[in-house]
Amino acid sequence: MTKVTMTVNGKSVSAETEGRTLLSSYLREGLGLTGTHIGCDTSQCGACVVHIDGMAVKSCSVFAQDVAGSKVTTIEGMANADGSLGVIQQAFQDHHGLQCGFCTPGMVMTSAALLANTPKPSEADVRHGLEGNICRCTGYHNIVKAVMAASGQDVAAVAAE
Amino acid sequence: MAKDFGIGAEAKRTEDIRYLTGAGSYTHDIDVHGQAYAVFVRSNMAHARIKSVGAAAAEGMPGVLAVFTGEDFKDVGGNPAGWFIGSRDGSPMKEPKRPVLAHGKVRHVGDAYAAVIAQTYMEAKDAAQAVADASEFEELPAIIDMAQALADSSNRVHDEIADNQCFDWGWIEDNRAKVDAAIKAAPHVTTLELVNNRLIPNAMEPRASIGEYNPGTGDYKLTTTSQNPHLTRLLVAAFVLGIPENKLQVVAPDVGGGFGSKIYHYGEEALVLAAAKKLKKPVKWVAERSESFLSDAHGRDHVTKIELACEKDGTFIAFRTETMANVGAYLSNFSTVTPTFLHGTLMAGPYKVPNVYVNVKTVFTNTAPVDAYRGAGRPEATYSLERVVDQMCRELGLDPFEVRRKNFITTDMFPYTTPAGLAYDVGNYHATLDKAMELADVAGFEARRKAAAAKGKLRGLGLSTWIEACGIAPSNLVGILGARVGLYDAATVRVNPTGNVSVMVGAHSHGQSHETVFAQIISDMFGIPMSSVDIVHGDTAKIPFGMGSYGSRSLAVCGQAMANAADKVIAKGKKIAAHMLEATEAEIVFSDGVFAVSGTNRSKTFGEIAFSAYVPHNYPLATLEPGLEETAFYDPANFTYPAGTYLCEVEVDAETGKVDVCNFTCADDFGNVMNPMVVRGQVHGGVVQGIGQALLEHGVYDENGQLLSGSYMDYTMPRADDVPFVTVDHSCITPCSHNKLGVKGCGEAGAIGSPPAVVNAVLDALNRGGHKIAHIDMPLTPSRVWSAMNA
Repeated sequence: MTKVTMTVNGKSVSAETEGRTLLSSYLREGLGLTGTHIGCDTSQCGACVVHIDGMAVKSCSVFAQDVAGSKVTTIEGMANADGSLGVIQQAFQDHHGLQCGFCTPGMVMTSAALLANTPKPSEADVRHGLEGNICRCTGYHNIVKAVMAASGQDVAAVAAE
Repeated sequence: MAKDFGIGAEAKRTEDIRYLTGAGSYTHDIDVHGQAYAVFVRSNMAHARIKSVGAAAAEGMPGVLAVFTGEDFKDVGGNPAGWFIGSRDGSPMKEPKRPVLAHGKVRHVGDAYAAVIAQTYMEAKDAAQAVADASEFEELPAIIDMAQALADSSNRVHDEIADNQCFDWGWIEDNRAKVDAAIKAAPHVTTLELVNNRLIPNAMEPRASIGEYNPGTGDYKLTTTSQNPHLTRLLVAAFVLGIPENKLQVVAPDVGGGFGSKIYHYGEEALVLAAAKKLKKPVKWVAERSESFLSDAHGRDHVTKIELACEKDGTFIAFRTETMANVGAYLSNFSTVTPTFLHGTLMAGPYKVPNVYVNVKTVFTNTAPVDAYRGAGRPEATYSLERVVDQMCRELGLDPFEVRRKNFITTDMFPYTTPAGLAYDVGNYHATLDKAMELADVAGFEARRKAAAAKGKLRGLGLSTWIEACGIAPSNLVGILGARVGLYDAATVRVNPTGNVSVMVGAHSHGQSHETVFAQIISDMFGIPMSSVDIVHGDTAKIPFGMGSYGSRSLAVCGQAMANAADKVIAKGKKIAAHMLEATEAEIVFSDGVFAVSGTNRSKTFGEIAFSAYVPHNYPLATLEPGLEETAFYDPANFTYPAGTYLCEVEVDAETGKVDVCNFTCADDFGNVMNPMVVRGQVHGGVVQGIGQALLEHGVYDENGQLLSGSYMDYTMPRADDVPFVTVDHSCITPCSHNKLGVKGCGEAGAIGSPPAVVNAVLDALNRGGHKIAHIDMPLTPSRVWSAMNA
């Protein structure tokens, strides 16, 4: 067991881990941050996406020890300082971009990184950018809308409804 | 301006806040002090006799607390099938026992034959591997193909069932000869042989369970990923472990999607409870996705021959269906009703066809159990009907839109009893067809087709007109048909002393938005803000009773129970108000949260009445109990019959066979709509699951019974860039005639109506492009489409 220290959601944290402990397990079991979800065992579903030094990463695809010293942001760190929903979170609520909520943390984290790199994405940009996150409930329709809305685009006419 | 609360409002979801901030509480997120971990040892062979289980190999390994095998459960009850289905010859269905852990034989890859409990998850996983390595089997030939399974009695999934057949069911058997004669005499008969591909549900949250036992009280608690906690309690307590129901609490907390796969009781739930009792420790199990692929109940998997007999002008005379339905290695709880009463009864579609007969043979194979998956039998019915109708139109050179119009049941014919035994109460199928054609700009299709052709793409337009029976179901009727449960639901409306409201409902929300939509209804009925209403679900210790959520039943059955309980609250409130206002009960009117004496300005607010009910100082105590809490059980008088039209436009790449879905348009009649935003979301999701079935998804077993599509690298889930925006309309409304809310249900529609629309569109594109192709089986992968084009 090794003590691994990193900054998570702005706070310095540490927990004892085995060498084989994945970042996803470190966050969930070591730190109790259960908003990062485990939806598969092949790094395909994207439910566990977090930001490592600003980059969207599937936290099941890296060992905790390998990101010691990094700055990690999880879904628990995405709300505004006053506790209100952040812009992307609010857009997901406004546009019904979630149903069961299980893929949602990963969707929000991937979307945040996407918008940081592509501030005004097209529909195709968003669909391509979310290709590594699986949702079984929404058919992606309202997720794509929410991400485009979060970028400040008018989505009222995106799809006839 | 649209309402922002109450019935019909596009209210934002209250449950979203916890999901968007990482504060949801799914079973995997819950840790119980002192918990141990269970890992299951699963067969890597499809069919084998167990010679020995290497439990001893785990003894002494770090952290190991216990190893359970099939021997430990061989004397407890089996997990039962929920419906009894008889065969045509009058014989009962074959009902082999489904054990907690496999005993004697393993019957599919992933069949659990042992479980290791250890202090940590990793220790349990290491020890489970050691048990697997030390176990010995005599491998038997795998039984995978249904036709071979029926024909070869020398190889049996269950030794006591010679032909591997569960039952041979006819619906309606008395119509068989008449239908045969009608088809024989018909001017035209179109025949199609179809495979409805096996699907793997893949709710994004894998199954998980935590068992707890209190030796001081004898109380058990099961926290589990369930769509129906009371049903799970009944199955675990009464049928499998023999625990009194009053000693077992079942909690289904936040559940990350179900789509049917979390209706059923699975052996893992019984195991964690038994282990918790033996070890006097909580025991937690969380499936890995690979386990979900291997052990969750799969969906569909029918092989069907359908015949449509008609006049030369396309007027339908008869539908005759012969289906083999795979039930896998064991009977999952609703595996017997799904291919029968949820399928055969829909084989008249929305059409005034005079003759319908359906024959279904269910077959045991060495594959994962197959059961209800979003739509459950109704997608299979719709696919068969809508494919054969389209093919008939092609054979006779008829317009598929006009043929449907010609055969639709018309609005003046309701209530309408079909030859498949259902009594449709209301509908307007012409209206949804017209609406869909308008929204999809069918008139402009030819121009779009020409534009596509100019860039080398084959463009096609596909149509599906679907109907389903949901709001399951009248208990006395389903009892006659073989159900072993009632299918009512229940709700308690508890008005608290300060006037806010807790509503305990038997429906379970795992994405369906009940916490918002049910609160909208109570808010509307009581004239109080939504923020004053909490919807409580998913805990047998909190809710009165409930049969749970599946079959698009939550609103039509449980929602109506809730509305009835709320009506009782209002009725009692009127009695209290009459006393306080010194009026007669008949003089009291209630609206917008105020009880008033009719024609006067004397009134009491909802909150004042609530307070008086709990502080009954000025109260008719001699004739009325204090308190303001009412429970209602509601058993529906009939199924509900949502229906609609789906139109799909595709482009097929002539070089590669790749299909792109360009436009998808839905016009549905769901009856009254409580929250349009939520309804659209349900349709979006269902449609994309249907596009997944049509183009991408396939649960494939090889001849040895290995699941080839057992991970997200092999099983093609629809992703964001596989699908377009979906146009959804629900403005065509014929309110359900037998529930007061006038609602029908919208959860499964998308998955029911969409696969034939997609396949019809692809075949339209290919045939317009000069390829004379009658049918391609789903999923329409580039390989299959290209092969058909180049055959």
